[in-house]
Amino acid sequence: MMTETLTLGKALNHGLRRALENDPKVVIMGEDVGKLGGVFRITDGLQKDFGEDRVIDTPLAEAGIIGTAVGLAIRGYRPVCEIQFDGFVFPAYNQIVAQVAKMYYRSLGNVRLPIVIRIPYGGGIGAVEHHSESPEAYFAHTPGLKVVTCSNPADAYAMIQQSINSDDPIVFFEPKRRYWEKGAVDLDTPSTFPLHASRVAREGSDATVIAYGPMVRTALDAAQAAAEDGRTLEVIDLRTLSPLDLGPVYDSVRKTGRAVVVHEAPGNLGLGAEIAARITEECFYSLEAPVLRVTGFDVPYPSARVEEEYLPDLDRVLDAIDRSLGW
Amino acid sequence: MANGESEVGAAPLPAEDRSPGSDAPAGGFVQLLTPGGERIDSVTTADGVTYSVDFTDDEYRELYRDLVTVRRLDAEATALQRQGELGIWASLLGQEAAQVGSGRALRPQDMAFPTYREHGVLYTRGIDPIMPFGLFRGVDQGGWDANKYKFNGYTIVIGSQTLHATGYAMGVTMDGKTGTPDGEAVIAYFGDGATSQGEVNEAFVWAGVFNAPMVFFCQNNQYAISEPLERQTRIPLYRRSAGFGFPGVRIDGNDVLASYAVTRAALDNARNGQGPTLIEAYTYRMGAHTSSDDPTRYRIASEVESWKAKDPISRLKAFLTKQQLADDSFFGEVDDTARTLALDLRERVLAMPDPQPVSMFDHVYPTGSPEVDAQREQFAAYQASFEGSDH
Repeated sequence: MMTETLTLGKALNHGLRRALENDPKVVIMGEDVGKLGGVFRITDGLQKDFGEDRVIDTPLAEAGIIGTAVGLAIRGYRPVCEIQFDGFVFPAYNQIVAQVAKMYYRSLGNVRLPIVIRIPYGGGIGAVEHHSESPEAYFAHTPGLKVVTCSNPADAYAMIQQSINSDDPIVFFEPKRRYWEKGAVDLDTPSTFPLHASRVAREGSDATVIAYGPMVRTALDAAQAAAEDGRTLEVIDLRTLSPLDLGPVYDSVRKTGRAVVVHEAPGNLGLGAEIAARITEECFYSLEAPVLRVTGFDVPYPSARVEEEYLPDLDRVLDAIDRSLGW
Repeated sequence: MANGESEVGAAPLPAEDRSPGSDAPAGGFVQLLTPGGERIDSVTTADGVTYSVDFTDDEYRELYRDLVTVRRLDAEATALQRQGELGIWASLLGQEAAQVGSGRALRPQDMAFPTYREHGVLYTRGIDPIMPFGLFRGVDQGGWDANKYKFNGYTIVIGSQTLHATGYAMGVTMDGKTGTPDGEAVIAYFGDGATSQGEVNEAFVWAGVFNAPMVFFCQNNQYAISEPLERQTRIPLYRRSAGFGFPGVRIDGNDVLASYAVTRAALDNARNGQGPTLIEAYTYRMGAHTSSDDPTRYRIASEVESWKAKDPISRLKAFLTKQQLADDSFFGEVDDTARTLALDLRERVLAMPDPQPVSMFDHVYPTGSPEVDAQREQFAAYQASFEGSDH
């Protein structure tokens, strides 16, 4: 077994490399993905090893990246598109929600679009506007798309390969502020979990914290801090945002009686609202308190100097836990 | 096909207006058959490219049959819509020559990406004309196998398909299917309104940069629903391509011969590795944008009348008659055959069953979704609860 300690970014790079090696139909396309290796270097070295036809530096136009990927997919290729930052995906929004999401349905299953759209998302890196957003709910709301996000290097390595192998169109959100966090990655053993499976990231019995992507680290940190106060929090990493695998969440809430959903995106009509509603439907008689949400505020993503106030942090999660337990 | 050949007696198109009274727009266009049915041997554009066609008598007659047939099928669809059998219909009336000419120029290996009005192109691909009727009747969303028919699904959001076509064409290149006379080429259809879309301009960028084996076939039918051409552009559309680094040609879109000749040449250039071409087929949509709008609100009767005089079918009929290539018995037989096809289509459209409601859950994801599967089961159980009841 070849286990290595890798950053999340490097794990994605290894996963992409493996996908390119395994299937000659896989192509990577996007702005700056070739010679530069991507602005976050996620595609570092891939064009050098696989050539300009496999790792394609595109013109600077997001609709074009996704729209031509549709044509390549119809032709039999498996495009992996990089959108450079979350806030830049909107020029491609039409192609993603009106074309990528619907062509399989429209064609009665005759046309498959095995496209992966990689989007570095979320804040916490001190960037200027359009570089820190969490637009996952727009895509999770669209039938025909699957929306996934990883929270650690091992999952990143596995999930990017699973996504590329899948015949479903997948929007793959990468937690950009976690790109540099390290973890053990088994590069040889294929992953055994299905792409749709959420996971219990930490076991506990006093309350359930539901998180995904960059907030899993925050939730785990909160659980660590809570443990010092004698409280045990169960942390669930959703991994896939559409479809949601809430079975482990329901099991956990039935055990703890309390749930707090955490995400960076604005709370209004966000994933937290959906998850809270479903927990209420499924676990009504188990709940000791209303399902609470800890989210970004309903404002445009703010300036970098105040983003630490905007982003849910350990203290806001612990505060929500206090409110839940105090019910 | 005489692309690039020098033709004796061919005069270059004037750069500016033709003489007053000409049926050509300012800047001229490639025309090989006049509205009066006169054959023009060849036309050389200002770029020095000469276009001509060399059809057999049978081929001329078959083109005529195509034009009459697609017009008749279209008329039947319009009637079906008026009778409430189709939710909506996008008529091709007036655009038969642009579609039949370009469609017949395609080779079997070529791939076409239509909008929602290319019923004539679809017909020339040898595809059962009933194919788009599920979409317009509302029993499906137009589900046919794009790869099997080499004809992609109808695309309703304006201009989106030009990018799909360009990506497909990039794939053709990556597959090594260009650079030879039997290579593959790709054609994307769109209208004058689509040229205002960012995605169409992005498709031009991509096609140029990647030298994609593409033909962009713009049917300039003068209106985007009610918006006239002047609301889309201040230069002739075919000149747009120059800014993207590939040639643009304007043709008489009501001339099936010009449509065929120029499209065939552009497709051959594409398959030979010479990259994209923009063709602007200068034509006119004789009817409404769709059965839902009222063109008398936005255009005047005299304009419609002037375009009637340029009708694509009557000019070919005049040519066939003058050349004694066809007589009344042939024209009558073509009409009868088209009518039979249309009546057959009518019967089959009327027989299209409504889908089972539970089928709305089909084909959401190739690999399925636990959530959609659960909703399907709940819905099926809910439906079943009514069976045999008085509800």
